Amino acid sequence: MAMTLNINGVSHSVDIEPETPLLWVLRDAIGLTGTKYGCGISRCGACTVHVDGQPVKSCQTAVSAAVGKQVTTIEGLSKDNNHPVQQAWREVGVPQCGYCQSGQIMSAAALLQKSPKPTDRQIDEAMAGNLCRCGTYQRIKAGIRRASQLSGA
Amino acid sequence: MVETNLSRRNFIRTSVGAAGGLLLGFHIPEAEAAKTESRPWTTPTKGVEINAWLSIGEDGTVTIRVPHTEMGQGGMTSVALMIAEELDVEWSKIQAVFADPNRHLRNNREYKVMSTHGSQLVWLQHPHIMGAGASARERLKEAAAQRWGVPRSEVTAKQGVLRAGARQGTYAEFATAAAGVKLTEEPAIKQAKDWWLLGKDVLRLDIQHKTNGSAQYASDTRLPGMVYAAVRACPVPWGKLKSFNAEAIKNRPGVVGAFDLRAVEGKRGQPDLQDCVAVVADSWYRAKTALDLLPIEWDFGDAAKVSNASLSAEAKKALGEKGLLTKDDPKALETIAASKKVVTADYERPFEAHLRMEPINATVHVQDDRVDVWSPTQDQSAAILLVADQLGLDPKNVYAHTMFLGGGFGGNGAGGTGVTRQAAELSKRLKRPVKVLWSREEDVAQDKQRPMAAARLTASIGANGLPEAISTRALWFAIDKMNQIGPATADYGIRNMPYNIPLRHHERHNLATHVPSSTHRAPGANQTGFMTEVFADEMALAGGWNPLDWRIEMTKDKDDWQRVLKTLKEKAGYRTDLRRGEGMGVAVVACHGTIAAACASVTVSRRGQLAVEKIVIVVDCGHVINPRGATEQIEGAACYELSHAWFGGLEMREGRFVNTNFDSQNLLRIDQAPEIESHFALTGGKKWGGMGEPAGPPVPPAVANAIFAATGKRIRSTPFRLHDLSWA
Repeated sequence: MAMTLNINGVSHSVDIEPETPLLWVLRDAIGLTGTKYGCGISRCGACTVHVDGQPVKSCQTAVSAAVGKQVTTIEGLSKDNNHPVQQAWREVGVPQCGYCQSGQIMSAAALLQKSPKPTDRQIDEAMAGNLCRCGTYQRIKAGIRRASQLSGA
Repeated sequence: MVETNLSRRNFIRTSVGAAGGLLLGFHIPEAEAAKTESRPWTTPTKGVEINAWLSIGEDGTVTIRVPHTEMGQGGMTSVALMIAEELDVEWSKIQAVFADPNRHLRNNREYKVMSTHGSQLVWLQHPHIMGAGASARERLKEAAAQRWGVPRSEVTAKQGVLRAGARQGTYAEFATAAAGVKLTEEPAIKQAKDWWLLGKDVLRLDIQHKTNGSAQYASDTRLPGMVYAAVRACPVPWGKLKSFNAEAIKNRPGVVGAFDLRAVEGKRGQPDLQDCVAVVADSWYRAKTALDLLPIEWDFGDAAKVSNASLSAEAKKALGEKGLLTKDDPKALETIAASKKVVTADYERPFEAHLRMEPINATVHVQDDRVDVWSPTQDQSAAILLVADQLGLDPKNVYAHTMFLGGGFGGNGAGGTGVTRQAAELSKRLKRPVKVLWSREEDVAQDKQRPMAAARLTASIGANGLPEAISTRALWFAIDKMNQIGPATADYGIRNMPYNIPLRHHERHNLATHVPSSTHRAPGANQTGFMTEVFADEMALAGGWNPLDWRIEMTKDKDDWQRVLKTLKEKAGYRTDLRRGEGMGVAVVACHGTIAAACASVTVSRRGQLAVEKIVIVVDCGHVINPRGATEQIEGAACYELSHAWFGGLEMREGRFVNTNFDSQNLLRIDQAPEIESHFALTGGKKWGGMGEPAGPPVPPAVANAIFAATGKRIRSTPFRLHDLSWA
């Protein structure tokens, strides 16, 4: 099925089974490999992207559901790697292996969009869907608080 | 219109519309990667090579070639720091790239060690890594000395500038001459008191790439003409493939074909290939979807009778029988038999998978004159030898490309896993690049697991409340066809526990299993540390001692243990008088040359809901070259072990593991993660220890001991989630 996708402000025509998860269209077809595969069942959050500003797990989002919407991936979050979350992530030193961090950053950016000054409980709730096996959780929390400051909230 | 034509039927066509450029492929804009940043997969190594480890460019940029892998442990930054310290060059002039594994093998293991394991990079390898930087510095000085006609002893090398009297020049000016200098004697490395860079907080070099999606992992490899494979090995390890019906999926979109790969008898070294089926397609999702629809017949063999319950019964039986005696004081058993006060307890921990975030994968491209490998391995040189072995080729024609690892945790050793053999075999048959990616379920079911372990510990308590004799019997399910775990692992941490118990008797059992096993972050200590340190609490409390004071008393002749435990006492505020439902617990475990102690604070609701509030950790690893990086490793290792002990544990039914994804094995998440406070209590001097692993093992026993303090319930097995912690 032919579809048009808007990804990071660029329009792509794709011809693919409509139920294909967005994740695999991003990674294998378009080559945006910053979005990661971790579980395929929406349980780890490594594949988190924004669809019309909302965080979604792209491994469980049919590509057809993204038609007519703005898809933002980690590569499109900022032009210069200077989104407040990205800046804060570097200041605090969040990533270790880094594999889950695209998803962590996209979830954190969506949280701050909705709640510029999130409480600890809001952070836990917004980020509980993003697994990190290196155990960077403490720094993710600190990073979100720092990003909130950098955004002037 | 741009087509991404991958196969006989297109997976997708893409075209680019209005804004922005074509987004096929990937590169990092120059502006994004400042000179302080690593550009491991794009940076051409310009400049003059002083030795295999570094080149100096005309602008003074020093490119350091890192032979190790970067799996989150900060190895790339550590290697660069150690060389920059000796070379004495501004940190902002440093960039790091991954070294060429093929060169390493061609030149007689030029980097000495390419494998990244055992927390060894700084601990054991700092002499030759720092030595490479020191040698380069002395050769630059010698080149300047010769040109200026002065003795080398009169030349200084600081921050990229050589000076002697009124003369000076940059390292870059002397790089070519230095490359030709041969020293009669290699210099000694610096003492810690002379460090100007090591010991300071430094941000990891790969941070830019790990915040914008540009860090390239092996699973991100994309090559022209590449096809994708999804694979399934027998769910019961070492079962045989009987048949599969490729007709059932031949009309699926994008499918290239279904292939069988067979275990080769006699090729059961590390890491191995088991019988499996691979479905190849023009995208991984199409391959995986078709594989799920493929009818496959297996011969599961006798192992299909095995379950967690049967393994547990087998362990229990063995713990009641004599094992191999590896430590014996004949009076130990007599003393225990005659004692009025005896403490005895059995402990057990299940198989655990590594569950790194990046599922196991490999991409191999077999061509007539060369083979290229992209593998998430902790040893790229081993990946070369593995592929050469699989294909019967000369290793000099095999090229491995080092990529970032999405976690390793000891499970990606020597050549990755059998997945690399799978990719090599498929690429050979299909004559094109093939990426094999294991689904998460495959990654867990076919991982080489951390072995199940058990122990029976018995001690007699003397009149002063301290143990006078101990008898220990430890057991590992470690004999499998891989033989990755040495039999002595069963002794680890138990036979040599640090406590001054006058009489000791120790036996071990190693039981056979069909489950392949391998190293796993903090091997040995990760399982036995829990057993010995929960038992330490049991001994202390039986004798009426405060568990932390007991540990200090029982190690009083060991300076480094005293330093760690007394620092813990000072920092953690350990108390035993909290109200019911709240508890603190301590534990201390040594591994990889490092001692780590932990104090955990927990709350347990009446209904048994556990919350781990805080963990204070004190570490003696001798020296710390980058406190920021070391602290990250403490936090990471602590969460890693807590995650297994609380939520992990593989469950086996009918010979196969059944909790193979993050729904049924729901590991530690942010809302459960404790606050972690890290302290160093460093011995310094000649003592060096590892940092990537040791902070993990004391955490599960500290938490279990805290649970006892809170509830009176003694936890002697993991995962905690299976225990009823409710109290009234």
